[in-house]
Amino acid sequence: MAVEHPAAAPPGDQTRIHNIGYRNYDGPRLGRSYATRSLYSQSLRGSYGLGRSVKSKVLPMLLFAVMCVPAAIMVAVAVATQANDLPVDYTRYAIIMQAVISLYVASQAPQSVSRDLRFKTVPLYFSRPIETADYVRAKYAALASAMFIITAAPLVVLYVGALLAKLDFADQTKGFAQGLVSVALLSVLFAGIGLVIASVTPRRGFGIAAVIAVLTISYGSVSTLQAIAESQGTTDAIAWIGLFSPITLIDGVQSAFLGATAASPGGVGPGNGEGVVYVLVALGLIAACYGLLMRRYRKAGL
Amino acid sequence: MIATESLSKRFPRVTALDRLSVDVGPGVTGLVGANGAGKSTLIKILLGLSPATEGRAEVLGLDVAANGAAIRERVGYMPEHDCLPPDVSATEFVVHMARMSGLPVAAARERTADTLRHVGLYEERYRPIGGYSTGMKQRVKLAQALVHDPQLVFLDEPTNGLDPVGRDEMLGLIRRIHTDFGISVLVTSHLLGELERTCDHVVVVDGGKLLRSSSTKDFTQTTTTLAVEVTDTDEHPDGTRAVREALHARGVDLLDSASGLPGAGHLLLLTARGEETYDLVRDVVADLGLGLVRMEQRRHHISEVFTDEASEDTSEASQNSDAQRKEAVGHGS
Repeated sequence: MAVEHPAAAPPGDQTRIHNIGYRNYDGPRLGRSYATRSLYSQSLRGSYGLGRSVKSKVLPMLLFAVMCVPAAIMVAVAVATQANDLPVDYTRYAIIMQAVISLYVASQAPQSVSRDLRFKTVPLYFSRPIETADYVRAKYAALASAMFIITAAPLVVLYVGALLAKLDFADQTKGFAQGLVSVALLSVLFAGIGLVIASVTPRRGFGIAAVIAVLTISYGSVSTLQAIAESQGTTDAIAWIGLFSPITLIDGVQSAFLGATAASPGGVGPGNGEGVVYVLVALGLIAACYGLLMRRYRKAGL
Repeated sequence: MIATESLSKRFPRVTALDRLSVDVGPGVTGLVGANGAGKSTLIKILLGLSPATEGRAEVLGLDVAANGAAIRERVGYMPEHDCLPPDVSATEFVVHMARMSGLPVAAARERTADTLRHVGLYEERYRPIGGYSTGMKQRVKLAQALVHDPQLVFLDEPTNGLDPVGRDEMLGLIRRIHTDFGISVLVTSHLLGELERTCDHVVVVDGGKLLRSSSTKDFTQTTTTLAVEVTDTDEHPDGTRAVREALHARGVDLLDSASGLPGAGHLLLLTARGEETYDLVRDVVADLGLGLVRMEQRRHHISEVFTDEASEDTSEASQNSDAQRKEAVGHGS
């Protein structure tokens, strides 16, 4: 046998790839923060189906397209008609498209956390250097980033279109910036709510249904109540009722501080005083979601 | 590798571990106990994931309460239950797990390819895990525990759900983890017999208490049982019987091999006292003009160690007929 090998072959010659035996790893081990970042990027990619099967790419990509196409049409209209302004405000866009956003968070939050629970992959994570807090942060940040991408992309389309249509630069930039702040807040809030609900159930289907239910029922009842309040002339109540659903909460914050006009019936938005309450409630909700997730995974262990 | 000192874990209703003190050195160590004996609880504490109620534990010289993350970077863990997402390929999954252990991307890919090959997964590693057999899934689970080249690996019931052939392959693989890869292993099982072939050292726990901790050599080298099989000739139509009578006349301890299993009657079991017994058997068989088909050492089974001293004889007999049954099945007679 040995004769077959030329004597000149150096030791460790790689021409024979089979049976090279076990090699130890003595390279770098990058530890906890690297592992957390890896989990973040894997989850973020996963939110758009990247690195997963073709089937799981369909829905997120479709929703992404659905989010952007109306923006492109608006831009086309604005350019063609030489309009002085875009048909919708930057801050208003997400409110109009809220159904698509809800659908996205409902489909991707369970994808992100319910799968790990269902297939019991969680113990594998926690038997590695990361802690529960790292897992929660990575998953939360990843879904919030994914939400920001899908909500900010159409704003970018609008902004670029507005500049191409030679609309007022300062005006558009200010609106665009306000829109970005608004969708950032929306992304963090929606991601938190979606993850908390999804982390309760290992069944993806239940997760999807529950997230959609929470978002639509809360919005449905809030807008119904607001409509009743308006018909009865109690306009003061409209602003307060808006606190009770995520999307009207965001709407309230942006109409108080980000120069948006309220989407609630009658266009009644919270004033600055009420606006502070809106911001506090929004931040409180985000903190509560984070706290609940931490609690949920503290006992997940093995 | 592992040292615990009066380690206890109490839950409101049950005591999972009760003042367990045990030292585990390098090599393959079996952790044996019935279901609910506290094996998984011990692993959880050793990984630094669950605090002990009292006592202390060290893994690789690091305290589990203070250095959980450092320990988890240097050990691997293969859980008992299914833990694989079905919609990704083994390669993608193991690469991700390698990165979660802190390996840079390029190293993670290289180590994944190596590790999957070592556990015996080849072309199928690019297919989604959902389509794998139980044996292949166990290999992926093992690969994810080894991919970051740990110093120590915890394997929780790795042979669960495998058929006899898969079981043997898995046990062989576990042996190689130590001999070829240089990684120490703590493997749990509720089957004593399985660990005899695989482990250097066996720790037995029951009800959270330590029953025994000793090396497998101690368990099995006290006496040697010889299995002898001979041919029949015209002169001696029942060769086995002839040898049995001849040996008995020379004062050799013959073990009861009268079991109703097919083929069992052709096997002669005796206790070897030393070199001279081997010579005696050879001479006796040659004098009778029979052919010696085999003469081999039969190691005792670990379970014997745990049977009562007083009932040694009966247990030995039943163990040996067990061995014969295996022999008979193994040779398809």
